[in-house]
Amino acid sequence: MMDLQIVSQISSFLAALVLLTAFGMLVQKRVYGLIHLFAWQGLFLSLNTAVVGFVANKHHLYISSVLTLSLKVVLLPYILHVLINRLKIRKEVETVVNIPMTMMIGIALVIFSYHLTAPIRQLSTLITRSTLAVALATVMLGLLMMITRRHAVTQIIGFLALENGLFFAATSATYGMPLVVELGVALDVLIAAFIFGIFFFHIHTTFDTLDVEQMAKLKEEN
Amino acid sequence: MNLYPFMTEILQIMIVLGISPAFVGWVRMLKCWSQGRTSAGVFQPYRDIRKLFAKNVVLAENASWVFRFTPYLVFGTTVLAGGIIPMLSVDLPLSATADVIVLVALFAIARFFIALAGMDIGTAFGGMGSSREMTIASLAEPAMLMAIFTLSLACRSTSLSQIVTVIFSGQIQLRPYLAFAFLAFVLISLAETGRIPVDNPATHLELTMVHEAMILEYSGRHLALIEWAGMMKLMLFMALGAVLFFPWGIDVTSTAAGALRAFLFLLLKLGASGVVLVLIETGLAKMRLFRLTEFLGSAFLLATLGMLAYYILD
Repeated sequence: MMDLQIVSQISSFLAALVLLTAFGMLVQKRVYGLIHLFAWQGLFLSLNTAVVGFVANKHHLYISSVLTLSLKVVLLPYILHVLINRLKIRKEVETVVNIPMTMMIGIALVIFSYHLTAPIRQLSTLITRSTLAVALATVMLGLLMMITRRHAVTQIIGFLALENGLFFAATSATYGMPLVVELGVALDVLIAAFIFGIFFFHIHTTFDTLDVEQMAKLKEEN
Repeated sequence: MNLYPFMTEILQIMIVLGISPAFVGWVRMLKCWSQGRTSAGVFQPYRDIRKLFAKNVVLAENASWVFRFTPYLVFGTTVLAGGIIPMLSVDLPLSATADVIVLVALFAIARFFIALAGMDIGTAFGGMGSSREMTIASLAEPAMLMAIFTLSLACRSTSLSQIVTVIFSGQIQLRPYLAFAFLAFVLISLAETGRIPVDNPATHLELTMVHEAMILEYSGRHLALIEWAGMMKLMLFMALGAVLFFPWGIDVTSTAAGALRAFLFLLLKLGASGVVLVLIETGLAKMRLFRLTEFLGSAFLLATLGMLAYYILD
């Protein structure tokens, strides 16, 4: 029982680290830094999944953990790295809202998701029930990042962070989705990454930048 | 009536007064080594203070009482703060009368008067330094309070002795909010004590200086007192961090042997914190003033996350 206590503490510690990396991504200005933070988030998520798998004695979570590790820590950051090198993005990322303001909104979102998940927390008997709020907060922070950034690459990283949050929510709410669903989602994310890459190239060749504000020019004049 | 706590209290204040210059000397020595320079030794700050005390005070003609009064006040509040932080034993009379909010307020009073004194003479540098110092303070103080309130929440008390006792007893082990609060505290300590990403302690004439700009007009024993108070402040912040987050070796039994052991542990922890400080300072460059809002904003963010983690994850 003592062992379980320690393991659940490790799990909540990893959840805290996931939240920290989500905030780190929110305030990070450089694209490379963002990708590294995204990789770190994937690593903490994969470790957490393995720990939850150990606590709940669900072996298919080990497979999702390895899947997360290979996909979100190695493959996706690598693809993004290659994309950025090809497209020669070196500039600092532009934000719509300034960074301290984004932080405050982020904190408000964390409080909001805590309140939102409070009833579930009372009903649930799982050992991971307290991390559900963190998972929801990660989803919201990913959304916030997609809203506050102008750059296509950072918006995609925000989307991937959002997906991380959803995966985390599945793990903490119900000890993970069925393996088939998880495999499907992983494949979807991978395909999405490739499609994003193709779109990046198209946007880049059309507008000579990845700033999505430029797309406003596409509308008809009236 | 038991006189023992009062003895420990007096002893602790003597230690704060006595070893803070040596601590600063140790930090400077490490820094010299890390930069490949020859150091002046651990005891150079003592010689500096003695030299300054021997010199005459040069006062500007338009210096008011604020300017003359400030060094004594700053020195006094810092010594008092040194009596509040339970460094040797948790059973301290002053620590029982004042909690952590008082501690933050004491540092705030000292800072307020230094800023006033900086403007008192009317030089351009002084006013600039004061304005910068107040900018930093307005961002650092809420973060500091948030970081310490996280601990207070977990320990159900704002009394430093109580917090240290609870953490020492091992009821709280590996907890995310402690890590968040600690990270926030490290960032705030760098800002409060004017270390490198925020202010450069080694500079005396540079447009980016903050603390030195305010005390530029001081000389003689006034300068000695302010410098000494600055050294104590650095040591107090390091000791506060060591005591709050790593309270090993502190005396909870109120015995002479316990106090001696606590003293040795304190020296060890201060030495180690000096090494960490120098590592941080060597690894970072001084930040632009306008980026400080982000630096201190992240400290506030970490402290708030710590508090949220306390509610969410425990």
